[in-house]
Amino acid sequence: MWRDTVLVAGKDLRIELRSRVVMHQVVPVGVLVLVLFAFALGPDRAPMAKAAPGLFWVAVLFASVLAVQRSFAVEASDGARDGLRLSGLDPAGVFLGKSAAVAVQLVVLEVVLTAGVVVLYGSHIRSYGSIIVAGLAGTAGLAAAGTLYGALAAGLRVRETLLPFLFLPVAAPVLLAGTRAWQVALGTAGNVGNVGSAGDPWVRLLLVFAAVYLALGVVIFGPLQEAS
Amino acid sequence: MNPTDTEVTPWSPTATWVVRGLGMAAAVAVAATVWLGLWVTPPDQAQHNLVRLVYVHPPIAWVALYLAFGVAAASSVLWLWPRTRSRFWDRLAVSAVEVGTVFTALTLITGSIWGRPTWGVWWAWDARLTSTALLLVLLLGYLAVRRVPADPDSRARRSAVVALVAAVDVPIVHFSVDWWHTLHQGATVLNANLSPTIHGSMAWTLLLGFVAFTLLFAWMLAIRYRIEVLSERLLDSELDVALHERWAEGTGPVAGEPGGALASTGRRA
Repeated sequence: MWRDTVLVAGKDLRIELRSRVVMHQVVPVGVLVLVLFAFALGPDRAPMAKAAPGLFWVAVLFASVLAVQRSFAVEASDGARDGLRLSGLDPAGVFLGKSAAVAVQLVVLEVVLTAGVVVLYGSHIRSYGSIIVAGLAGTAGLAAAGTLYGALAAGLRVRETLLPFLFLPVAAPVLLAGTRAWQVALGTAGNVGNVGSAGDPWVRLLLVFAAVYLALGVVIFGPLQEAS
Repeated sequence: MNPTDTEVTPWSPTATWVVRGLGMAAAVAVAATVWLGLWVTPPDQAQHNLVRLVYVHPPIAWVALYLAFGVAAASSVLWLWPRTRSRFWDRLAVSAVEVGTVFTALTLITGSIWGRPTWGVWWAWDARLTSTALLLVLLLGYLAVRRVPADPDSRARRSAVVALVAAVDVPIVHFSVDWWHTLHQGATVLNANLSPTIHGSMAWTLLLGFVAFTLLFAWMLAIRYRIEVLSERLLDSELDVALHERWAEGTGPVAGEPGGALASTGRRA
């Protein structure tokens, strides 16, 4: 399973390195979302800095829909999906591999967006450790749930519209928990009392979310691939 | 397709009577709840006549959030489990989700109607409201997947996976929204409303409300199940009819000898 994971993740990342679709299209869209939020909030920096954690995660969420769509668009042409099914790779490995590739791309996106939040909204990062941990845990969860739904929507004609409708409500806890964890890390939690301890349960929630969807994907990806 | 699947008769004569009885019992129970709730029970001291919503809103919420969702999740798992896989579970799941969607929407609507005079707003970002709203979106997502044309087997598989993934999300949503809310505001408003001690007749009416809406749910589930079976049959028979018509068209020229005479029969037919 792990060998297959590495193979599939390597394949997806190699395609990305050669095509640069996520790098040149999805990441700019994420930055664009940050800019659009700034337009929506007005030129004053104070509300932007206050809303920065939430806006960051909303941008990540939207971009992750695009990243997942790209991840399965890669399989759509040249009968690649059938090839993948015929290859004899462990479905769990395929799932983990595709999730890992999406996660790596999302991490790149998040690094860019974090820089964007600092530059554009004037946020100060107080605790690097907690934003990294929360970011990685949230990314793993988003990638796992996204890949699961991406595979589900993959052969369908309505996949572009169906995927966000299914995926975004399920990913809502990541938005909530990620935002809270980042509010603590960026020091915008402000009026909430116990700032120091509040970040912890949220990171744990992100970890639980990631663990649940990774486990579910490992179990369910095989039957899911048979369906389409 | 499995031949046994098309032979399934959901409505054996006994079942017909059971469902009919269920429907009547539901109608009587709902009518009794309306009567007790509107005329017999006294108005509340704090909420006056608004308290009468307590006979409707919690029972509907119970049906939506526990019964319907439980049935949908359980039957999806039973479908996915190869040993218990049968079309029955797939149909039951879609029926439960569809009826559950109606009840979830009603939960939000009745809650909103209640919230407007008591809290002063149609909508509060309360933990329960938020998670119920998210649940409604998840249910609508299931129905959207359901509407995507596909062969019955892969549609069933896809829907079951969606139901399972959504069901797994529900506790996470519940906890996250709960924390999100409590970290923002402190006390929940809903508890304050439910804390007054309940008068004897009110308690009985509330209990009857739960029974009434549970019966109603069971009846609607059965009816929806029948619709699912019938629409599957209609789809099959439509295909059969269309195929037969097509064959009938084709038999003329193919069966006889080639030539002008046959072309003219074809035209006449």
